[in-house]
Amino acid sequence: MVTPDLVPLVEALVFAADRPLKAVQIAEIVEVEESAVYAVLETLCAQCDTQGRGVFLQEVAGGYQFRTRPEFAESLRKLGRQRPFRFSRAALETLAIVAYRQPITRPEIEYLRGVDSGSVIKTLMEKHLVRILGKKDVPGKPMIYGTTPEFLELFGLADLASLPTLQEFSDLVDDEGSISPESAVDENIVTKSDVSDARESEQHPEESGE
Amino acid sequence: MELYQIHLGNFNGPLDLLLHLIKKNEMDIYDIPIAAITAQYLEILDTMQTLNLDVAGEFLLMAASLVHVKSRMLLPKIVEEDAEEEDEDPRAELVRRLLEYQKYKDAAGELESRPKLNQDVFNRFEPEPEVYENTDGGFAEVSLFDLLSALKDVFSQGPEPAFHDVDVEHLSVTDRINVILDRLRGEQSLIFSDLFAEQFNRQDVIVTFLAMLELVRMRMIRFMQNKRFGTIWLMPSVEVTPEEMEVGDDSLGYS
Repeated sequence: MVTPDLVPLVEALVFAADRPLKAVQIAEIVEVEESAVYAVLETLCAQCDTQGRGVFLQEVAGGYQFRTRPEFAESLRKLGRQRPFRFSRAALETLAIVAYRQPITRPEIEYLRGVDSGSVIKTLMEKHLVRILGKKDVPGKPMIYGTTPEFLELFGLADLASLPTLQEFSDLVDDEGSISPESAVDENIVTKSDVSDARESEQHPEESGE
Repeated sequence: MELYQIHLGNFNGPLDLLLHLIKKNEMDIYDIPIAAITAQYLEILDTMQTLNLDVAGEFLLMAASLVHVKSRMLLPKIVEEDAEEEDEDPRAELVRRLLEYQKYKDAAGELESRPKLNQDVFNRFEPEPEVYENTDGGFAEVSLFDLLSALKDVFSQGPEPAFHDVDVEHLSVTDRINVILDRLRGEQSLIFSDLFAEQFNRQDVIVTFLAMLELVRMRMIRFMQNKRFGTIWLMPSVEVTPEEMEVGDDSLGYS
């Protein structure tokens, strides 16, 4: 049940908040059940889409925020708000590894990438995209790294689970035409270390087939 | 053999280079002809060296592993009678790493293609304050009190030298400003307290502090904090080109 007058109220709240606004926070402010807030947010989201507004409601970093539509990017950049955020390939690669594999240590990142990654990690930390989560309880007590809420905000992700699923073999296998996109999506769950398990079990038939 | 167009130095490490070679040659990743790929790999390394490109150790390590894999493949297999499981292909480890790497490389591309905040999509809020004076919100500007307490901390850190040394020393704020600018040139930000490292002398500290204040007054740096009572950072307030960063005595009231 959506109380109609809640929709503009929630819209106002989300608009005025300086960070992505969580449904719990909205529920507290307007004093309704959280589930009701979700219904309102859904309505609001649909309204933005159907009424052809310039902004859309996006779930980012666990909250909700209005964002301008990407198709207007070019004009909006002229506002001068654009931050020169150039990612090197090394930085993106490292960021992806940290995002999918966190909590992860620097040696683990370097094993996956095959190169020294210290300076890249430092840069990502300076940009507040990667943070130290703690120390791993193994000899040497290496730092473990993870992504920050800013990372989610930057890429418009609701949470880590909404990271796009990892594609297994991409073009390397596409030539043989064996993997259909649907099956690739189902098999991989994007949480932490599950990824490698899923891959290994899937890889076996291919390997033994040689 | 076809001519390879390879942008040297464009590779994010040995795995990237190997994947490139595999794709280029349309090799089967599960059945990599190690001899062929090693030859090409080494050739590229040679070219890199001829061009005086710095060949990172990782590339050499990979070359060594390739040769190692090849040598293991050449050795006759010792077949144990009751061994059910076959020996793992010496290439298996490499294949695993390559596939794993490819996965994250793709994921990186996926991230890249997403609409990014303040680049493709914009939110209402301006996260970083402008260079104007009284901006508030976002990355908080440091208050006077925070700054003073930080200075107090610096003073209390180092022990005063026990002896009294009478020495006429000319400490120039201008010089110190240039020192700070120099340090700032390579960095995006500096930590406030780092600039006082190893300055136990009260005068030294004061001169450094004055230099910082001057820089703030000239709008060349800002003191920023990302949380209350957090670390104080010095950040360049605008993109300043090195030429503009020279500060002469006459631009200040000091000499």
